[in-house]
Amino acid sequence: MRDVAIVSFAQSNAAREDRNEVEILLPVVKKAVAASKLARTDIEFTCSGSSDFLQGQPFAFVMALDGVGAWPPIKESHVEMDGAWALYESWVKIQTGEVDSALVYAFGKTSGGDIAEVQALQLDPYCVTQLWPDADSIAGIQARLYLERSGRSERDLAEVAARSLRSAKSNPHAVAKGDFDVEKLLAEPYRCSPLRDHDCPATSDGATAMVLVAGERAKELCERPVWIRGIDHRIDPPALGARDLTVAPSAALAARKAGVRDGKVDFAELNAAYTHHELILREAIGLGDAVPVNPSGGTLCANSIMSCGLNRIGDAALRIAAGDGDRAVAHASQGHCLQQNLVCVLEGE
Amino acid sequence: MAHLCGVVGIGQTKYDAKRIDVSMPGLVREAALRALEDAELTFSDIDAVVIGKAPDTFEGVMLPENYLADALGATGKPLLRVHTAGSVGGSTANVAISLIKAGIHDRVLTLSWEKQSESNAMWGLTVSPPFSVAVVAGAGGYFAPLIRSYIQRSGAPEDTGIRTALKDRLNALKNPYAHLRIEDIDFDKIANSPMLWDPIRYLESCPSSDGACAMVLAREELAERAPTKPAWVRATAMRSEPNQFPGRDAVNPMAGQMAARDLYKQAGIRNPRQEIDCAEIYVPFSWFEAMWMENLGFAPENEGWKMVYEGATALDGDFPVNMSGGVLSSNAIGASGMVRYAEAAMQVRGQAGEHQVDGAKTALGHAYGGGSQYFSMCLFDSEKP
Repeated sequence: MRDVAIVSFAQSNAAREDRNEVEILLPVVKKAVAASKLARTDIEFTCSGSSDFLQGQPFAFVMALDGVGAWPPIKESHVEMDGAWALYESWVKIQTGEVDSALVYAFGKTSGGDIAEVQALQLDPYCVTQLWPDADSIAGIQARLYLERSGRSERDLAEVAARSLRSAKSNPHAVAKGDFDVEKLLAEPYRCSPLRDHDCPATSDGATAMVLVAGERAKELCERPVWIRGIDHRIDPPALGARDLTVAPSAALAARKAGVRDGKVDFAELNAAYTHHELILREAIGLGDAVPVNPSGGTLCANSIMSCGLNRIGDAALRIAAGDGDRAVAHASQGHCLQQNLVCVLEGE
Repeated sequence: MAHLCGVVGIGQTKYDAKRIDVSMPGLVREAALRALEDAELTFSDIDAVVIGKAPDTFEGVMLPENYLADALGATGKPLLRVHTAGSVGGSTANVAISLIKAGIHDRVLTLSWEKQSESNAMWGLTVSPPFSVAVVAGAGGYFAPLIRSYIQRSGAPEDTGIRTALKDRLNALKNPYAHLRIEDIDFDKIANSPMLWDPIRYLESCPSSDGACAMVLAREELAERAPTKPAWVRATAMRSEPNQFPGRDAVNPMAGQMAARDLYKQAGIRNPRQEIDCAEIYVPFSWFEAMWMENLGFAPENEGWKMVYEGATALDGDFPVNMSGGVLSSNAIGASGMVRYAEAAMQVRGQAGEHQVDGAKTALGHAYGGGSQYFSMCLFDSEKP
């Protein structure tokens, strides 16, 4: 496999944006391209991730392309998935040897509707969607099953929330952050038992962009390239009643294939939208209690759907580039109850 | 060094206005199982699934591949969903091919589908662009002005579109999977059909279909051992350009020209009309055949209509186009690009039955999407490149 590095990353998250998707995206792409030290026209491939259902109309990515710029015509593709999978497609394209660099971007404006309800449209359209089970309710069912199976408690969940919110204080892109007392959190009412508000993600509108460069060129462009040492993604079956919701076999498999256990993990950025997701993922990926998770605050503190997975990879890369760790695990997921998972291992030069 | 990729299995569903005999999982599984059967393989032989479809608004299911994962045997495997507007069937296959080329997987199942009867395509296609009025006229309303511009530029006779439609509709009678098989089709029937978006008549338009198309791809050594001769991927290309900017020629888009040139360069082709035997190209409205003949370099500018007029693109012509009946005869939108690829691959494998071009060795699959902005292409060969 060719060595591919993340040479630049930029993001934007806000609790509620007045700007449209293209207006949010444009400055983020500009920033990532400028930081890569490559000219836009020198970046050989472009791939993006987004979902039409967030925008409420088809071809969200077509209008984004107009904003991002594609003249003269470019080699370009789009996944209707979190931007982490756009990164995967770009990595594959670089592996074919056809290109040496790629611009990856993703965007999602969740404030246009009730996002937890919109996500019911991802379920079985013949039998389940009509019941409109919102994302928080489904996560509540999973959390209840997980607590019963694992013997963990609501306090463990609250501790994940308190730690994440505390970590988010140093992240200018987190929309929820602060110091919270676990006892006080536990005194709050349930949103979807056993989940309270702090167990559920802070929804946000956002965009993310990243530039990938292969081999020696990456070393010329940045002081400390962050190399993608392994990347893999897997999916579990969709029917909520057909799988054990307390585990994430696809995350475990992706972690094994990405080579997580081939070295020490200094920290991990996990796309854990709910507090119990972090605990399930730690188990699946094989991260001991000593491994710091989500030093950025994570998706719990800024859930810009479609870009939050790519943000986890970008946040991990930023930290490594700054010298705060040499080897990290970054994770993205989509689908209800951690159905689909992508794991990548990042290493500093 | 990139690995070689061969198409070892092809499967299509019967295309129809309403496939109420199957659910969405049933529809995609029908195509997938036929492709696996053709390859004499099972789901357990597949390493990854790459799936494509046009906007999710066509069925009203958000990211439906998550729901379709187990129907496609993808449990525990990588599943990637591509969406590049109407070109998606082509680009989905290109992405799947890149997984083989890069040496990441040995066998990949790629599939594109649409079940348009679940929703309404006119609504599903309606965009509200900022600072302008939504047209709500579907794709025909969008493309008719481009066709009128082409007619004005080229001086093409006004029955060019009718002749193209007649050719494709006659071809469809030879394709058992085609949605529209109009037994009594003739020139007058098309000419007298209602004018929908001047100059596009009802019978010069594509239908709305339910359907899916699947291909099994394999790396070189496995493709060589396949029970049926593979179609070898000789080259792939993709280009995109913006929808709106003043310097853009939407009739003969630069992105299409560049993708074609890139494709021929990779394949070492100097005279595409001579060196390519036949083509399946994305023609949702009759006039686009003439327009794409020029865009793809098969005819000089403003002369694409002559190929139609002289019968060059007929099944017995010197450059057959859309032997299957094309998008005009079956249009499960997200699948249509991959159907072009699959039909081109079937030609070089000698599998096309009644609509087979004798001795086809090199065939082009082509798809476009958005406002003529997204282009995906692939050249298939009967011999290993």
